[in-house]
Amino acid sequence: MKDKIYEYILMLGDNSMILGHRLSELCGHGPTLETDIALTNISLDLFGQVRNYFQYAAELKGEEKTEDDIAFLRYSQEYKNALLAEQPNTDFAHIIVRQFFFDAYHLPLLEQLTKSNDKHIAAIAAKSIKEVKYHLQFSSSWMKRLGDGTAESHEKMQAAVNKLWAFTNELFLESEIEAEMKSFGIGADLEEVRAAFGTTVYRVAEEATLQIPDAKWFQKGGKKGIHSEHFGYILADLQYMQRAYPNMQW
Amino acid sequence: MRGAPKINEILRTVSDPEIPVLSIMDMGVVREVEANGKKVLVKITPTYSGCPAMDMIATEIRFALDQAGYETKVELVLSPAWTTDWITENGRQKLEEYGIAAPLEESADKLALMGESRLVKCTNCGSTNTEMLSQFGSTACKALFRCKDCLEPFDYFKCLK
Repeated sequence: MKDKIYEYILMLGDNSMILGHRLSELCGHGPTLETDIALTNISLDLFGQVRNYFQYAAELKGEEKTEDDIAFLRYSQEYKNALLAEQPNTDFAHIIVRQFFFDAYHLPLLEQLTKSNDKHIAAIAAKSIKEVKYHLQFSSSWMKRLGDGTAESHEKMQAAVNKLWAFTNELFLESEIEAEMKSFGIGADLEEVRAAFGTTVYRVAEEATLQIPDAKWFQKGGKKGIHSEHFGYILADLQYMQRAYPNMQW
Repeated sequence: MRGAPKINEILRTVSDPEIPVLSIMDMGVVREVEANGKKVLVKITPTYSGCPAMDMIATEIRFALDQAGYETKVELVLSPAWTTDWITENGRQKLEEYGIAAPLEESADKLALMGESRLVKCTNCGSTNTEMLSQFGSTACKALFRCKDCLEPFDYFKCLK
């Protein structure tokens, strides 16, 4: 059972870690000072949540494992984040749309996890949810501002929505571990999360005058460890130090 | 709990490194103190998950108490999650004097952060003719505001519930 909870926590933590890393790449590169600070603040919140998840995971694993081992010393197939989280910072529109889709999924997911039978997971979720409410507020307001902005900002936002929508469905595809965790009352019911996600997405898209594509085909793989071509570069960046100098500390 | 008051006094000298005027007691970060002779267990909770000040706060608590002759252990607890309601009245006053507007109650905070209502008072001149510049500020717990009367920018401590 411990092993399964461990696997489940990695799934939760990896999404936040990889998206947090993507956002951290923007530090000092945001389009304005305010958005730069906002995006890196969101990144910091996500990393804080990841530390809470991975500290708990390390405790479950025993074997003197630490949160750093889990974060830095796994191979690409062992990371179970959804493909959405690893999509690149193509432009500000892609950054905002990726964030918005993730936040719209993250908030109802955490709402369910606050009721988890696993006290640790429930506590982490209760802590995180307060922060994620702000994230969704931030990303929704930029969806509206740019979607319903100038002709050019609208066009860029619509292009990002069209591109990234294909990565949303995977968030709700239930893996074996997720099904099992749901049956024990530890994990979330992803169909309920999907419903809440849909309500938020269509409401905000309408206000933002953006069209959600009527797609039949979606990308998937990340949750099974099959990642996109971007992932290797992320790991190279993320793991270089620990791989080159094992066990190094600041 | 003999000797507990003295421990509390020492803890009052430890401050949040990002808001040095505020002691961790005023901040509501210290949740529980268990003393058993010289052995002390201090339970602290983070304001935000990623708050980089937590490690430093834990170190400073250990340092301050160890210097007073205690053997200190600091433990991080997540539940119940910290809320801005735990900032003491004294703490709120110190925040304002330091130039950080204290958190409003939840519904007013939401309006202020959506830019819909002028509720946050300028810490420099007291005017409520203020606007939000950014939902996120210099640290995770703050938003950035500007006063339209005296034109000074200032931090606002976001309500967290």
